[in-house]
Amino acid sequence: MKRVLNKKVLFGLYNDEEILKDAVIHINKDDDAEIMDVYSPFPVHGLDPLLGLSESRIHIAGFIYGITGTIIAFSFMTWVFTADWPIIFGGKPYFSAPAFIPITFEFTVLMASVGMVVTFYLVNGLGFGVENPYLHDRITDDKFCIAFDITHSTKEQIQALSTLLEETSAEEVHTKDI
Amino acid sequence: MSSVVSNIRPPLITGNKTYHQITEDICASTEQLPGRGWVLCLLFTLGLLGFGLVCYIYTLWFGLGTWHLNRTIGWGWDITNFVWWIGIGHAGTLISAILLIFRQKWRTGVNRAAEAMTIFAVICAVMYLGFHVGRVWMGMFMLPYPNTRGPLWVNFNSPLVWDTFAISTYFTVSLLFWYTGLVPDFATIRDRAKGFRKKIYNFLSMGWTGSAKHWQRFESLSLVLAGLATPLVLSVHTIVSFDFATSVIPGWHTTIFPPYFVAGAIFSGFAMVQTLMLITRVILKIEDYITIEHIESMNKVIVLTGSIVGVAYLTELFVAWYSGYIYEMYAFYNRAMGPYWWAYAAMMACNVISPQFFWFRKIRRSIVWTFVLSIVVNIGMWFERFVIIATTLAKDYIPSSWSYYSPSWVEIGLYLCTFGFFGTAYLIFMRVAPVVAIAEVKTILKSSGDQYVGPSYAEKTGLINSGLHHDHDDHDISTETTSADTQTALKKEIHTDTMVMDAPEEEDTKDDNKDQTDSPDDDK
Repeated sequence: MKRVLNKKVLFGLYNDEEILKDAVIHINKDDDAEIMDVYSPFPVHGLDPLLGLSESRIHIAGFIYGITGTIIAFSFMTWVFTADWPIIFGGKPYFSAPAFIPITFEFTVLMASVGMVVTFYLVNGLGFGVENPYLHDRITDDKFCIAFDITHSTKEQIQALSTLLEETSAEEVHTKDI
Repeated sequence: MSSVVSNIRPPLITGNKTYHQITEDICASTEQLPGRGWVLCLLFTLGLLGFGLVCYIYTLWFGLGTWHLNRTIGWGWDITNFVWWIGIGHAGTLISAILLIFRQKWRTGVNRAAEAMTIFAVICAVMYLGFHVGRVWMGMFMLPYPNTRGPLWVNFNSPLVWDTFAISTYFTVSLLFWYTGLVPDFATIRDRAKGFRKKIYNFLSMGWTGSAKHWQRFESLSLVLAGLATPLVLSVHTIVSFDFATSVIPGWHTTIFPPYFVAGAIFSGFAMVQTLMLITRVILKIEDYITIEHIESMNKVIVLTGSIVGVAYLTELFVAWYSGYIYEMYAFYNRAMGPYWWAYAAMMACNVISPQFFWFRKIRRSIVWTFVLSIVVNIGMWFERFVIIATTLAKDYIPSSWSYYSPSWVEIGLYLCTFGFFGTAYLIFMRVAPVVAIAEVKTILKSSGDQYVGPSYAEKTGLINSGLHHDHDDHDISTETTSADTQTALKKEIHTDTMVMDAPEEEDTKDDNKDQTDSPDDDK
């Protein structure tokens, strides 16, 4: 599945994450320049606040999945052994909660993990066979990229943005339709 | 200058690597045709696998009577090997989860291969579950599904059912964790590949772009998965030990089993990681990423867990005597002095004595010693399971039913089958996926690369002492007067020298340390 965004993008490639961060700080000072996205070969620490990204809420989703798993597992076992088909095992009560703990725990972890991973791929728009538009081959190698959306920009604006990229020590500046 | 360089943190990446060089080095193995040695190894492991499959079909056809199990010894090599494999399958997730939470930077060099090994080892263990139930088509009876027998559910109070849940959860979570980590690295290979290979890696990398928001979620996911996987790792072998501990067999019915099994699992798992990594790093020429520091760190874990295991053995003996319970006493007397004394002696020698050599720094840092001892440890851990299972069952309550057990050729063949599978899977993994986590290693380059820390850094900074060692222009007096162009040029030139762990003393007072606290201290 090939994803097309119908966007025109201007992007600069940087050599180092420190230069990239300085560049983002510099670009943020310019009111006319709005960064579309930043791409990097590995997570750059301290970049999220500069880009104004709010904290990921994936752990909240994980908690909800987990607690769902806990409730399902514990209540199912309770229902089976107290209501559906009560059997005495080793003279213990039908509702023997301590014996339910291992499976409850495992099922909680299973639900939380699978749920979170599925959520991660869905919200990021990733999946087997998905082809997201990409800007440059070296972004997954050693280049750090700042991209601007210039679909509706005038020539002067584009010129200003590329000057901005060059000013902040971008090694290469390109445009690409994605 | 050397006085301000931390000697406590030796470099974890050697060879003065750049980001691009890391990509080149690690992707290389996936981009070349395999050598003759690899093909021969693959043929060998496929041969083992093939022979094992013949043994399995033989077992299926003729039934479990082809094994030398008997009425007294109902569990032999099958459960011994199952527990052995599941134990080995503990190191990978321990490295990736627990060491992530503890922020251990050496984790990044070995986690990928260790996790792969974990997944293959768990598959081997699950194969044993298939083998030992005999009529494998009845295997679904382990699962609670609505059935026409009532529905009569599985016994949720039974440790064997707990095991089903524990192992399937462990396998699923390990696989997801491993694969999610692989996605950005597959994207790296994708962007270097051409033609058909590009199509394959395009599929595997799921359309990864490296967007900042994706990385943020990726890190958040990794951390929470690590938090979930940490108790999970500990729970899996705890539950495996419950298979024994909740029974009434003397020698099995002990409360020490869960911690003792978990320590033993980590012990054998790390030993297997050592065995594999020592070979892998040489074959794939990645000694710069899996250094002696990594090997030494793992040896420290081995000596710790080996000592825990040793203490547990002695505690077991003490408690058997202290309990005053004659059957318990006899079970341990029989283990050490009975017909299987040689298994007990091998276990004690390999698991209690051999890891103690790692108290010596020279031995911890010796590749030959590490390799030999890692194999010795795994032999010892196999004997531990054999001692616990077969030799304990051999002499039960009634002397007339005492028995002896040695495996049939079919059982040996099945063990070889799992080795064949493990070896085949690992060999293929080595050639199709990056054996070292590329993105993660890049994140620690500036805090653990040898051009930034350790002796060679000290030497280098001593030479360039008069040069510039400041990275932001906003308060660097020396560059204030220069033109913007020169500043840019200087920045480009010195960016590789940023992220210095220990700034020169005279700089300390005026440095706001912003960048220095940002990156080098959090490795993930």
